[in-house]
Amino acid sequence: MSSSPVRPDLSPPLSRLHEWVVTVDHKRLGVMYIVTGLVFFLIGGFEAAMMRWQLAWPGLDIVMPEDFNRLFTMHGTTMVFLVGMPILLGSANYLVPLMIGTRDMAFPRLNAFGFWLFFFGGALLYFSYFGAQGLYGMGSAPDVGWFAYAPLTERTFSRGHSTDYWILGLMVSGFGSIATGINLVTTILCMRCTGMRLMKMPLFVWIMLVDAILIVVAMPPLAAAQVMLLFDRSLGAHFFDVQAGGSAVLWQNLFWFFGHPEVYILILPAFAFVSEIIPVFSRKVLFGYPLMVAATVTIGFISMGVWVHHMFAIGLSPAVNTLFMASTMLIGVPTGIKMFNWVATMFGGRIRLHTPMLFSIGFLAQFLFGGLTGVMLAVVPFDWQVSDSYFVVGHFHYVLFGGLIFSIFAAIYYWFPKVSGRMLSEALGKWQFWLLLIGFNLTFGPMHVSGMLGMPRRIYTYQLDRGWEIWNLLSSIGVLFQALAIAFFIWNVIRSLQRGTPAGDDPWDAWTLEWSTTSPPPAWNFDTDPEVRSRRPLWDAKHPDDPDWKYE
Amino acid sequence: MRQIAAREGSVALFATLAATCVAPALTAALVCDPSLPLHSGTPSMFDPRSAPAEMILDITWLVIAICAVIFVVMEGLIIWAIIRYRAKHARDTAGDTGEPPQVYGSNPIELAWTVIPLLIVFVLFLVSARGIFEIDKQEPPPGALEVRVVGHRWWWEFDYGDLGFSTAAELHIPLTKDGQPQSVFLTLESADVIHSFWVPQLGGKKDVVPGRTNYLWLQPRETGRFVGQCAEYCGAQHAGMLINVVVHEEDDFNAWVANQQKPAHDDPATADGRDLFLSTACINCHTVRGTVANGTFAPDLTHLMSRSVLGSGVIANTPEHLRAWVWDPQDAKPGCDMPAMKLTREDTDRICAWLETLH
Repeated sequence: MSSSPVRPDLSPPLSRLHEWVVTVDHKRLGVMYIVTGLVFFLIGGFEAAMMRWQLAWPGLDIVMPEDFNRLFTMHGTTMVFLVGMPILLGSANYLVPLMIGTRDMAFPRLNAFGFWLFFFGGALLYFSYFGAQGLYGMGSAPDVGWFAYAPLTERTFSRGHSTDYWILGLMVSGFGSIATGINLVTTILCMRCTGMRLMKMPLFVWIMLVDAILIVVAMPPLAAAQVMLLFDRSLGAHFFDVQAGGSAVLWQNLFWFFGHPEVYILILPAFAFVSEIIPVFSRKVLFGYPLMVAATVTIGFISMGVWVHHMFAIGLSPAVNTLFMASTMLIGVPTGIKMFNWVATMFGGRIRLHTPMLFSIGFLAQFLFGGLTGVMLAVVPFDWQVSDSYFVVGHFHYVLFGGLIFSIFAAIYYWFPKVSGRMLSEALGKWQFWLLLIGFNLTFGPMHVSGMLGMPRRIYTYQLDRGWEIWNLLSSIGVLFQALAIAFFIWNVIRSLQRGTPAGDDPWDAWTLEWSTTSPPPAWNFDTDPEVRSRRPLWDAKHPDDPDWKYE
Repeated sequence: MRQIAAREGSVALFATLAATCVAPALTAALVCDPSLPLHSGTPSMFDPRSAPAEMILDITWLVIAICAVIFVVMEGLIIWAIIRYRAKHARDTAGDTGEPPQVYGSNPIELAWTVIPLLIVFVLFLVSARGIFEIDKQEPPPGALEVRVVGHRWWWEFDYGDLGFSTAAELHIPLTKDGQPQSVFLTLESADVIHSFWVPQLGGKKDVVPGRTNYLWLQPRETGRFVGQCAEYCGAQHAGMLINVVVHEEDDFNAWVANQQKPAHDDPATADGRDLFLSTACINCHTVRGTVANGTFAPDLTHLMSRSVLGSGVIANTPEHLRAWVWDPQDAKPGCDMPAMKLTREDTDRICAWLETLH
C-alpha cells in the first residue's frame, strides 16, 4: 500500500490534505494525534483561564454558575481524554516503531481507525456546546464533572442531552484508545528488529508497553459503565438510579477502576520521555535499567488495586479504607525508585542544560512535590479533610501539569528536530520554560493552602470572609504567566518550522535508533533493517572501543 | 549543539527549584504560624475545635514532617547534581571533552532505596491505620446527641428526632452535657444526589450518599460558630450549600432546644401576612409548625428568625435580605429550586413582616 497517495487531479493544498486524511503512516498519525491534542490543550487552557478569572475574587459574576460547571467539566474531560491520551498515543505511535527499528505499527489501518475514532469522539463531545439543547438551564455542554458521579447523571437531575454527549463522545474516543493500545502491544511484542530482546528495548518502549497494556485493561470497564449509564438514561434501566434501588457507589467503583489506572496511563509516558532525555543530556547511561523495568511493571500491577483512595470519604468500612491506604502507599515505592534512578543518572554526568533537559528537571522537581502530596492523600484521616478540596486540585495538577505537561514540552523540544528536520529556538524555549515554571507554581502552589483552609473544589464562587482571597488571587495571576509561556511556544513552533536551524540526523548526540535515520525519517523509516546488540545501539556505533553490550 | 549555554549560572538553576518549593513552603509557613491572626471565618484544618479534627491534625503533622524531609533531601540532590555535574564544570576538572564514565547501576544502592522507602511507608501505614479506627465510628458513643443530617439540593436539613423538631442551614450542638464533653453523632442521608458534609475545624468530611447511611462523629472543644460547606459537586448551587455549626454552652443549647420545640409564634398583628403565605404555593415546599404549611422539599420555617442566615448561608438573615430573597431568590442564589413567586411589593412586605415574627 502506498503510504502517501498523491492525487494530481486535486489542487495542491487539497491534495496534501487528502494525503493526511487517508494516511496510515505511523509518523503522520502520530503527528496528527499530537497536533490535535495540542489544539485541545489550548481549548482546555482557555476554559481553565475563564474559571480562574471567575475565582480571582469572591463574588465575581464573570460566568453564570451553570456555565462555570460546564467549564470545569469540559476542562477536566478535555485535559484527560483529549489532551493527555492523544499526546501519549501520538508519541508512542511516532516513536515506538522507530525505536524498535521497524517500518510501521503492526496494524496500520487499525492505527488510522483509532485516530479517527479519537478525533470524532472529541468533536462529538464539543459539538454538545451547539447540539445539546435540552430543557431550561440544562442545555449545552455537559455539567456533571469529569467523573460524572451518579445519580447526578441520571435523567432526574441531568435533563436534556448534554450528559449523553459526554457518554458517547468519550466512548467513541475510548474505543479508539483501546484499538491503538492493542496495536502498540502487538507491535512491541512482535516487530522488534534483530537482536532487540525485551531487555534490550529502550526504557521508553518498555514503559509504553506497560502503558498500552493498562489501556487495554482499564478502558473497557469505563465503556461498560457508560453503556450502563446510557441504559439508565435512555432505556429505563436502574443501575445507578438510587430511587429505584440502584447504587451510587457502583458508579464510583466502576469509574475509578478505570480512573486510577488512567492516572498512571497518563503519567507513565512522562516517565518514558524523561527516561530517554535525562541520560542523553547527562551523557550517561540510564542508572539501574533492570530495576526501572521492574518498577514500571510493578506500578502497572498496583495501579489496578488502588482505586478506592478516590472514595475514602464515601463511608466504606475502616478495614476497606485501610487496605487501599496500604496499596496506595505501596505504589509510592516503585515511583520513588524511579526518582532516585533519574537523579542517580545525573550524578557523575556532564549535564547540558538545553531546553529538553530544563523541562525534564522541571518535571523532576514538580513531580516530586505532586508525588509526595499523593502519599499524604493516601493517609486516610488527612484525606478526610482535604479530599475534594483545592488541595487535591493542587496535587493532581503538580502530577499532570508539573509532571506530564512539562515532560511533554521536554519531549517536544527533544524530538521536534527529528519530526520536522529543524531545531526549535533555544532562546524562545528558555523564555517559555521560565515563564511556565513561574506561572505553574504560582497558580497551583497556593491551591494546596486554600484547600487546607477549607475551600472545596468545583465551587463557582466563595464567601468574602473565608480567608481564601489572596490564595485565589495568586492562582489567577499565575495564569497570565502561563498564557504568555504558551504564546512563546506557539511562536517558537511557527518560526522554527519556517526558518529553524536544520537539525541533521542526530542533533543531540543521542543513542536510540530513531536518531540513526534522517530527519524527518522517510516513510519506510530505515533504508536497511537495523540490528542491535545493546540498549544504546548508537553508543555502540560511536564508541566501538567501549560498547554497551560488553556490560549489559 | 554540543556547545553549552554558559549564561545560566547555577544561581538560575537554584531559582528553578526554589520557585518550585516557594509557593507551597512559604504558604505552609504562613498557615502554620500561630501568631498570624487567621480570620475568624477561615475554616482551617490547622485550627481544630473538636476531638476528631485534633486527631487528624496530629497525624497530619507527622505526614507533613516525613514528606517535607524527603522533599528537601530529594530537591537538594537534584540541585546538587545540576551544580556539581554541569558540563562546563565537569570538563574543567576532568580536563577532556569525552564522555563521563558510564555507570550502569549498583545493586546495593538500588536495594537501599527500595527498602528504606518501604520502611517509611510501613511506619506511616501503622500510624494512619490506628487513626482510621479511632476516628471512624460506626456506632454512636454512649450518651451522644444524635442528629439526622439530610442533604438536599442545595441546603441542609437537621432533624433532631429525639427532641422532636427539625431545622435547616444551622446545626446547633452543645459543648457539654451535665458538665461532661458531649459527643455528637451525625447520621448522614441524602434526598437526591451525593453531597458531602465538611466542617474542617470540627472533623473530616463524610459523603452524604443517596441510598446509604453514613455516620460522622464530632466532639466540640469550644463554643463558637464554625463554617463549612458541601464538598461533593451536586449541581448548579453546589457553591451555595454552606454549613454553619453553632456550638453552645449547655444552658444556651437547652434554651435553644426549648424554643425550637414550640410551634410557630402566632402574632395577630401580622395575621394578614400569614394568611397570604398560607394561600400561596409556599406551603407546598415549606413547613411552619402550627399551620397547614407542611411541605418537605424546602427548609422548615417554623423558627426562621432563630437562624442567622438565609439560603443555606449565602446571605445573612436581615430584613432587607429577607425581602430580597422572597422577591427573587434567583438573585442571591441563581439556579436554586425556589422560584420568584411573582408577588407584588406590598405582598412581599406583608409576608416578610409575618416571617419576621417566627422567632
